[in-house]
Amino acid sequence: MTGTLAAPPKTKSQALRSYDVADFPALTGLEEEWRFTPLKRLRGLTGQVTAGATPQIGYTDLPAGVTVSTADKGDPRIGSVLVPFDRISALAYGGFAEAALVTVAAEAVLDRPAVVRITSDDAGTPSFGHTFIEVGRFAEATLVVEQTGSVTLADNVEVTVADGAKLTLVTVADWAPDAVQVQHLKVKLGRDAKVTHIQVSLGGDLVRQFTSVEYTGRGGEAELYGLYFADAGQHLEHRQLVDHSVPDCRSYVGYRGALQGEGAHTVWVGDVLIQVQATGTDTYEINRNLVLSDGARADSVPNLEIETGEVAGAGHASATGRFDDEQLFYLMARGIPEGEARKLVVRGFFAELINKIPVEELRDRLGDAIESRLQKVGA
Amino acid sequence: MSTLEIRDLQVSVKLPEGDLKPILAGVNLTVKAGETHAIMGPNGSGKSTLAYSIAGHPKYEITSGSVLLDGENVLSMSVDERARAGLFLAMQYPVEVPGVSVANFLRTAKTAIDGEAPKLRTWAGELKSAMERLHMDPAFAQRNVNEGFSGGEKKRHEIMQLELLQPKIAILDETDSGLDIDALRVVSEGVNRVRATGEAGLLLITHYTRILRYITPDFVHVFVGGRIVEEGGPELAEKLEAEGYERYLAGAGPAKA
Repeated sequence: MTGTLAAPPKTKSQALRSYDVADFPALTGLEEEWRFTPLKRLRGLTGQVTAGATPQIGYTDLPAGVTVSTADKGDPRIGSVLVPFDRISALAYGGFAEAALVTVAAEAVLDRPAVVRITSDDAGTPSFGHTFIEVGRFAEATLVVEQTGSVTLADNVEVTVADGAKLTLVTVADWAPDAVQVQHLKVKLGRDAKVTHIQVSLGGDLVRQFTSVEYTGRGGEAELYGLYFADAGQHLEHRQLVDHSVPDCRSYVGYRGALQGEGAHTVWVGDVLIQVQATGTDTYEINRNLVLSDGARADSVPNLEIETGEVAGAGHASATGRFDDEQLFYLMARGIPEGEARKLVVRGFFAELINKIPVEELRDRLGDAIESRLQKVGA
Repeated sequence: MSTLEIRDLQVSVKLPEGDLKPILAGVNLTVKAGETHAIMGPNGSGKSTLAYSIAGHPKYEITSGSVLLDGENVLSMSVDERARAGLFLAMQYPVEVPGVSVANFLRTAKTAIDGEAPKLRTWAGELKSAMERLHMDPAFAQRNVNEGFSGGEKKRHEIMQLELLQPKIAILDETDSGLDIDALRVVSEGVNRVRATGEAGLLLITHYTRILRYITPDFVHVFVGGRIVEEGGPELAEKLEAEGYERYLAGAGPAKA
């Protein structure tokens, strides 16, 4: 269960952190953190590139209590949650011109979800984005952030949930087929604060999303869910680092993916660290992958590093399997044609996660998107 | 009136290494609408292989013989085509389908079998009364197919499908196994309702005679070593109850399912 090896850095929490890209050595692909990522397909994001356009943030009709604005790098909030811990994150930090700022006022309880769209449309030039989301004390909000377009993008997302606040954050990466994105998202939780993050990845040529969680007070709770579907040639990579540095906090990580087609590749690496002082921690992480055709590959690596024995619970699981022929037989024996039976099973596989999304329109859209993916290969 | 004709059916199971292992050694059987047949035999005699090969499970390979439903060649049909042609298999071990609700599953199946979606106005009532007849809580409709169901709940769910989908020929594979006496009664009543319509032919596969106290078959076939070795009326079941299968087993073939 524990993965403590004697190699430096001793733990993930002690890794190098800096806002300056020059502090990070150039990537070779041999680094543990990058060994699954096809660096050649990052289209220049690994180099020393000059910034292109900053992605645009758009929204319509926000609920009361939410404001969307922009902030420049001088704003004291920017960089207060996330200090880049790898080269591309630092590159994005150095390169962005203006940050998108989403604020939920303290004690505001939103009467409906707030939806913002972050778009850009120039895959030829690398672009750098920065988003800062702050949820005030005791506020309760559902926020949907959709990213669309054709991009070569490195971006950082900082999320802070103040004491007693609850945030349901749905991020949807529905990129054009040629898009490349490397994203770092970090959530900082106050005392008794809760975040439920549902990360959806459908489009793009290469998408690599790193989500990390930091607790600053007791009673913090993080539920991280992920849903991804990789088609032929797509590389979708999801990494998490949940750093339990405070007692009596909870985390649950549940990612599910489907893969189909030659060269479809998904990577899930879930790191959970329970530091010596984080007694009473309750954590569980699970990744499941459904391989729908030959030629697809799912890498799945759970890492649980525990420095105290006084935990409420700690576990991990990973399962990657092919389509269950017995399920297919059962449905077909009731007259349901094979294509429809496959759709039912795959929709069922994702249903539990999709049902976490408190926005009906988005649930329906994702269900339809998954079905049209299946139809594409005539499954 | 429908007829299922099984002629000289020889079936092998596909082993993981790709080899074929013969199980059925030439089965002949005719089931007509309105008739109830019981196939009885010891474990490993090939009873379930008969059921699953007729339904089209990919694990089995037909090496010889034919299966006709009203003259149509069943063996050339895909699994779903067989069901739409009017065959139904109530499974011994119904499969869990996570994330798919019973209500969604049944509506999808009913639509596929009938060739059109059931009328919204009447479907909800039809589903509700089908569940009530099998003493199933209405909350079942929202549960995932067979997920977390007890053995008895799974079998009641199978018989509910039998009633809703109205097949021409239904094969019930050890529907009685693992049921307590109350569940056995509820399930048997469901089968008897289907029987009373006179429109379906029923093939009951069972190891025990217990279910035959609730459903009296018109014909009993003793199945040993991958073939039918004796046939008779309901009195044959009583004889088996008293004597067991021992006298058939001497010199029987090595078939195992």
